Amino acid sequence: MKTRPNYLAGVGSFLWLLVVAIPLYVMISGTFQTRAEFGDNGPLAFPTSFTLQNYVDAIASGFGRYFLNTVIVTVGVVAIVLLLVPPLSYAIVRSQSRAASFVFRFFLLGLAIPAQAVIVPVFYLINTVGLYDNLVGVILPTAAFALPICTLILSGTMRDITGELYEAMAMDGASPARAFFRLVLPLSKGGLSTIAVFSALQAWNGFLFPLILTQSENTRVVTLGLFNFQTQYGINIPGLLAAVTLSMVPVLLVYLFARRALVQGLMGAGGK
Amino acid sequence: MTVLATSRRPAPGGSPVSRPARSGASSVGRPGFIWALPATIFFALFALVPLAAVAVLSFTSWSGLGDPRFVGFENWETLMADPVMLKSLWLSLLFIVLGVVTQTPLSILLGVWAAGNQRNRAVLSAIYFIPLLLSSAAISVLWRALLDPNFGIPGQLSWLFGDGNLLGTQSGAIGVLIFVGMWQFTPFHTLIYQGAARGIPHVLYQAAEIDGAGRVRQFFAITLPQLRNTAITSIILMVVGGLTTFETVLILTNGGPGTDTTITAFYMYQEAFQSFDFGVGSAIALVLVIVATAISLVVVKVSGYDKMNSSLEGL
Repeated sequence: MKTRPNYLAGVGSFLWLLVVAIPLYVMISGTFQTRAEFGDNGPLAFPTSFTLQNYVDAIASGFGRYFLNTVIVTVGVVAIVLLLVPPLSYAIVRSQSRAASFVFRFFLLGLAIPAQAVIVPVFYLINTVGLYDNLVGVILPTAAFALPICTLILSGTMRDITGELYEAMAMDGASPARAFFRLVLPLSKGGLSTIAVFSALQAWNGFLFPLILTQSENTRVVTLGLFNFQTQYGINIPGLLAAVTLSMVPVLLVYLFARRALVQGLMGAGGK
Repeated sequence: MTVLATSRRPAPGGSPVSRPARSGASSVGRPGFIWALPATIFFALFALVPLAAVAVLSFTSWSGLGDPRFVGFENWETLMADPVMLKSLWLSLLFIVLGVVTQTPLSILLGVWAAGNQRNRAVLSAIYFIPLLLSSAAISVLWRALLDPNFGIPGQLSWLFGDGNLLGTQSGAIGVLIFVGMWQFTPFHTLIYQGAARGIPHVLYQAAEIDGAGRVRQFFAITLPQLRNTAITSIILMVVGGLTTFETVLILTNGGPGTDTTITAFYMYQEAFQSFDFGVGSAIALVLVIVATAISLVVVKVSGYDKMNSSLEGL
């Protein structure tokens, strides 16, 4: 649709590229400098020395443990999402009962409920069942809040499965369960990987639920570790930047290998 | 892209189960409601029940120990007489408005540009999206470090930033929060607009070209009107996002200087989890829900979104 190059838009997008890239450059280059050098030369200068001490410091301050906790939370959330969302989306797309239509509206409504709005009762609930300061207590609400968007994304994928395919299965006299496992799941692989990556990202980056529902160092996740690191060693900027960089590495790796799934999920998130 | 195109259809008003009727009377692949039950119960337990509970808790006094005690309208009276609460609502409104007016034009321009087929587009887009992947906590800690008055960028560029203590004044702190919000969320909204701009039928542009419309004219006469539904979705997300901004405020300004950036969502956290006044906290949470719903409804109403069925209206 565009035949001539659009120079104005090109320049504009290049400017925004600088706005995005410069902070990331400062972050990375800062992590390899000593505190003294970073303080003397300023953040925008080119590094003249090279050290890995900041990463050593960050890991020594407990980030290994925080990573493990975050991985546990992420795996738990993705498992719950992959267990609950496919049957739900299947029912939403294919069920003829009125209840299923109602459920879809219910989840659309759920999209609009901010976690902050329910954090006090969730805190009460988790406390009452004795899961305070326990990673399970973080996993459950995080997974619940990932459900609406994942349902929306997966229902979109499942809607693309044509009625003819179901009719072909009807010839074999298949039950709904058989159709689900033999037809719907295999044809929804793209959507399934999208919701897996998407809910993993939400879990990895989650902050509010861990902040409210955990307390001790044994249950601290990476995002809370960063916050804590900042309050305690805010003056050690290269160390802080190293911690931030470490927290991003897994996500950037996923981005590298699953970019398509992620971008589609995010587009779906907006396109509701 | 298919995700975008198909998931947009069941917008408010469109019943999702009315469509698959085309597969005739076949009863295969017609799961019962029971398939939806586990997820529904799970979601209700952590979102819907708490939403009802927050309303109940707003009429109680609870410090986190023992059981909540019913106190009638006491929390609400406290809130209405609380100058910080009123101020926080104005600040939230300011945040929302500034967020929408800074992010919307930028993400429309970037999104429409990224929807084109330039050679360098893919590489640039890949970099644009990086902030989207990072946690709000990481972004806030990063910017706090970058804006450090002594060791950060303002210290190095003092001709631009003066004494460099950007977070020390109200306007500076708000400016920083709005900018960081832009840095973080523009990629997301760009992505939405990019998807939508790709979906605009080429015939419209071909017709415009035959009529002799230039690029600018095409942008205003075709692209913008076609992005209308997308813009509404994007703006609603910005409103809810702005209203519930939390990590950035906690980590970058801690609500300060004083209470100058204490927006409502942050005030809720302070009252509930720092002052341990969960009753008042619940009341503020309920205000948040009501305001978010109200603004979203107004946007939908004003835009006429609820009366539209197709995103390609007029085609």
